[in-house]
Amino acid sequence: MTLELRNVTRLVGNDIHIFPTELKLADDGFNILLGTTLAGKTTLMQLMAGLHRPTDGEVWFRGTNVTGVPVQKRNVSMVYQQFINYPNFDVYENIASPLRVAGVKDAEVKKRVHAVSDLLRLSAMLHRRPAELSGGQQQRTALARALVKDADLVLLDEPLANLDFKLREELRDELPKLLAGRGCTVVYATTEPSEALLLGGHTAALEKGRVVQFGPTGSVYRDPANLSSAEIFSEPPINRMIVHKEPGNLVAPGGERWPLPATLRDVADGQFILALRPHNVTIERRHEADVAMAGQVVVTEISGSESVIHFEMLGTTWVSQSHGVHRLAVGSIGNFFADLDQALFFSPDGTRVKGGA
Amino acid sequence: MRTAKWLVPTLYILFLMLPIYWLLSMSFKSTNEILGGFTLWPRDFTLANYTKIFTDSVWYNGYINSITYVTLNTVISVLAALPAAYAFSRYRFLGDKHLFFWLLTNRMAPPAVFALPFLQLYSAVGLFDTHIAVALAHTLFNIPLAVWILEGFMSSVPKELDETAYVDGYPFWKFFIKIFLPTIAAGIGVACFFCFMFSWVELLLAKTLTSVAAKPIAATMTRTASSSGYELGLLAAAGSLTLIPGAIVIYFVRNYIARGFALGRV
Repeated sequence: MTLELRNVTRLVGNDIHIFPTELKLADDGFNILLGTTLAGKTTLMQLMAGLHRPTDGEVWFRGTNVTGVPVQKRNVSMVYQQFINYPNFDVYENIASPLRVAGVKDAEVKKRVHAVSDLLRLSAMLHRRPAELSGGQQQRTALARALVKDADLVLLDEPLANLDFKLREELRDELPKLLAGRGCTVVYATTEPSEALLLGGHTAALEKGRVVQFGPTGSVYRDPANLSSAEIFSEPPINRMIVHKEPGNLVAPGGERWPLPATLRDVADGQFILALRPHNVTIERRHEADVAMAGQVVVTEISGSESVIHFEMLGTTWVSQSHGVHRLAVGSIGNFFADLDQALFFSPDGTRVKGGA
Repeated sequence: MRTAKWLVPTLYILFLMLPIYWLLSMSFKSTNEILGGFTLWPRDFTLANYTKIFTDSVWYNGYINSITYVTLNTVISVLAALPAAYAFSRYRFLGDKHLFFWLLTNRMAPPAVFALPFLQLYSAVGLFDTHIAVALAHTLFNIPLAVWILEGFMSSVPKELDETAYVDGYPFWKFFIKIFLPTIAAGIGVACFFCFMFSWVELLLAKTLTSVAAKPIAATMTRTASSSGYELGLLAAAGSLTLIPGAIVIYFVRNYIARGFALGRV
């Protein structure tokens, strides 16, 4: 048994911050909240922690209803995106603070602070103030404070977002190891799909205060239940196009007829939204069946070994992502090849359409 | 070009210090010398003015009275402003923005407006001519100021600090005293300074609400000028001494003063 949100709703004034949400977190591994800013990740965490009371609904933890229990009485810990430490305490006292409040004996505090600071490589700076530390060390201190108390629920709100790239990678590797085997439920919020995929576990895709899908991270990515979920889980943004299915053909908005992909074989004719991740739209033909589309180049971004080309086609902007360096002049017409077998189809209301294969 | 570099600041400091120098120089002169003619420095240097202030109870009591009510006022103002500022900084409630602005409008009314009602009210409840009377009267403009300054400092502390403390298990009051107050210590210092200064220089209410027992130094100074003829040397000495408490207080908050003038906002 783990954390469960039952019909949890949060209103502030007349604004709905969290729509009625049902969510049952996984016991092991990370539970990732994936969504853009203002999707409600932080609000959801505050509800889970007990910092805010849900306007409606119940929060259950390990089989007990904890809805009205104040955060001080729950065994949770939290790490924020901003490096939050107590500026008037040194690192040692910062880490020790949850134990001090709980009235743990000095000898035990010392033992536990040293153990966790060794783990997070803070031993050399235990007597410095947070302001004298680098960003990475400040966030390590915050993490150490979250780990020292053996919390049942660990909430990490974009903990790596303010760190530079190197530190972020390093800490992202360490985090799962640090949290493994502690018997705690871990919730991790992020805006980056790649981070969710790297951390694995389960993912809840959030959009404007709604959980649009929850499941094992890989399957949410490969098998989105709806268009919102597919959009949240794509970086660069997923390409979209409204297509018509007729017997044996797919008709593009420009009138081109494309062979019907296997996914749509058993589905009734009609209008669909075709969504295709940028890496399935390439500058070179990779499969026999790839359909060609011509578009006017808007931007070319070359990042080392990859070229991301934004192009305009039939009034919408699409993004293609290809290996290798391809320089296309802005304004020129380029040919792109789309692998429609990889396309996801949605009905006009956004629900996933799966047929045949 | 080289000389101009030090010339401008030198002139600036010279002009700035001139009136203060004049006051100090006068305080070491006898009244006769001051009235006798133009002298750049004391010809017959005397400490008689200062001796008089430190030996005559009418004079030194003025200082004690002023310092007593100013300290009382500073303590009351800051203690009352702390929870108010915290509420304005952390919570949204009905009419919060209006109430916050209304506080500041209290500073815009001239103290003269309140002199008469205060005199009547304080006499009626038997507070006339007490230190606490002046201290309370000065909270009229000092609490709003302290609330604004403290709110600015508090709002620059992320709300997540509060939440982290609650998550760690701190009850509100323990967090407020052990973590929050030390975090905004500079703001409290600046608020104290401003309360101290404004209470120290306010004359009208202080004079109106006192007669003998709690008479402030500024009132003593003005009385001396009118009754026993021209005692300019003595007045200059009293004036010089009046500058000292402010100078001491400003020393402690010198790094944060600018933020105080911006009401704590960065």
